[in-house]
Amino acid sequence: MNASRVSTLVIRTPEGIAFSLPLACPVTRSIAWLIDAACIAAVMSLVRSVLGLVNLINADLGASLTVLAYFAAQIGYGMMCEWFWRGQTVGKRVLRLRVVDARGLRLQFNQVALRNLIRVLDALPAFYLVGGTASLLSPRAQRLGDLVANTIVVRNPRTPEPDLDQLLSGKFNSLREYPHLEARLRQRVSPEEARLALQSLLRRDQLELQARLDLFEPLAAHLRSLVVFPPEASEGITAEQYVRNVVDILFRPRVSPVNPNLSA
Amino acid sequence: MRKFLESERPAWTELENLLDKLEAEPNWRMDLAQLKHFHYLYERTSADLGKMVTFSSEPETRRHLEALVARAYGEIHESREKAHRLRPLHWFFVLFPQTFRRHIRAFWLSVAVTLAGCVFGGAALALDPDAKPVLLPFEHLQISPAERVSREEKATHDRMAGVKGTFSSELMTHNTQVSIFTLALGATWGVGTILMLFYNGVILGAVSTDYILGGQTKFLVGWLLPHGSFEIPAILIAGQAGFILGRALIGWGRRASLRSRLQAVSQDLVILIFGVSAMLVWAGLIEGFFSQYHEPVISYSVKILFGLTELGLLALLLAKSGSASATKTPEAGSP
Repeated sequence: MNASRVSTLVIRTPEGIAFSLPLACPVTRSIAWLIDAACIAAVMSLVRSVLGLVNLINADLGASLTVLAYFAAQIGYGMMCEWFWRGQTVGKRVLRLRVVDARGLRLQFNQVALRNLIRVLDALPAFYLVGGTASLLSPRAQRLGDLVANTIVVRNPRTPEPDLDQLLSGKFNSLREYPHLEARLRQRVSPEEARLALQSLLRRDQLELQARLDLFEPLAAHLRSLVVFPPEASEGITAEQYVRNVVDILFRPRVSPVNPNLSA
Repeated sequence: MRKFLESERPAWTELENLLDKLEAEPNWRMDLAQLKHFHYLYERTSADLGKMVTFSSEPETRRHLEALVARAYGEIHESREKAHRLRPLHWFFVLFPQTFRRHIRAFWLSVAVTLAGCVFGGAALALDPDAKPVLLPFEHLQISPAERVSREEKATHDRMAGVKGTFSSELMTHNTQVSIFTLALGATWGVGTILMLFYNGVILGAVSTDYILGGQTKFLVGWLLPHGSFEIPAILIAGQAGFILGRALIGWGRRASLRSRLQAVSQDLVILIFGVSAMLVWAGLIEGFFSQYHEPVISYSVKILFGLTELGLLALLLAKSGSASATKTPEAGSP
């Protein structure tokens, strides 16, 4: 364990591959807990309404079941959700958090149970002061329950595969009319520049119109300076379209060799 | 790059589908051929991730592969047994007593601390009867034992009528919360567990001394034994679990890392605390529906006999049950 606080946990497999798990910060976890508290309150309100009918038949039985249901919801909510949803509660699902084993292994029931049982200590003296402090001091943002159960809470460990086809397909690329310049462009653009161009396109929808112009104009100007295409190929298209054409050349070969039979 | 993506993507998709199935169906078992193929897909995806690290133009795909490899790694390298289907009888009659016996020294420590509290509480009350409101801050224990016994035995109506169930549920939940807290306090290197057990002992010792000095020993035993024969051992076992946790944290004389020590005891802690909860459910039922009735409704001898029978059965369960199928696992957390 590192002495200093880290934002990701890097795990190296025996195969020599390293992968990283981004750790959830205490603030996000607090918000997830507030959502869970609201869920417990909602469940209890529902249970109380149902048990109101039992009260009509036998008041003692109704009150008794309410006490037990409240206790079960308090103790069992986190345990059951995290076990059946593989490390997630409603709050964690909303905020894309997940409890995982600190070594990257499969989460065990005893880990889920233990981290939720130690919660009584983490919640002391009020508003998770002990757990919050432990989480802030811990290099891996672990509260006491996480330390004892050897678990961590990570952010969004599953990511969707990027869909380059949707991003790039279906548009005429005037730069492809000049194969020798196309080859030169592939040679001159560095991986960092290629990545910057691709990321700009992937995130274009998150930007305001002006910000998009501010981003793509200098980027296109830089790419134009690397390889000069004839005016009929490069003039009359927007800066964003120029970047799109360059990314198309860098990431998609002229002929797409598809061989789906290699998988098995 | 395009060729690489096109050729490898089917393998990634297949691995993802297998992982989804493993997660959706925890009881699904692969045969040898499927396992080999799963391992092949994992290694192939790992190798692809190794290649992707060199392609700075593909951060999204790299993250996707990292997530896939992380999930597959958890399944491939997990050597701990997968959780079985729920078998409550096996768990209570085999695993629970076995675990209890494996950590018997922690239990005796728990007993010793509670007894020390009993002696302190009893001595304090005997030497200074005026300290009773401090030692026993409970309203129903403030009156003299003789007065309480007289009231109980002369009662003309059932004071528990219509509230037995609620009272019983409150006892179950409260005592279970106290037990969980006693276990959790083990995270303070066992100091909190010692304080909790000692405090419980003080109350038990003070109440017992109060009734014995007041000449109401028979009432005391008849009142406490039916539910106490399960409730008190339950709290002691919760203390045992707290000490196991504390010992794993301190790690006296053990070379294993803190993480390994905690991993070694985590399952035992969960088994013990769930066993304690089951015991407290029974204790709550007995206290709510049986213990609060005294002579002439139920004779003290019957209550004492009932309590002793329970205690004997519990001792038998903890001492002998599961011995035949006992595993040869060494004491969890030991060097």
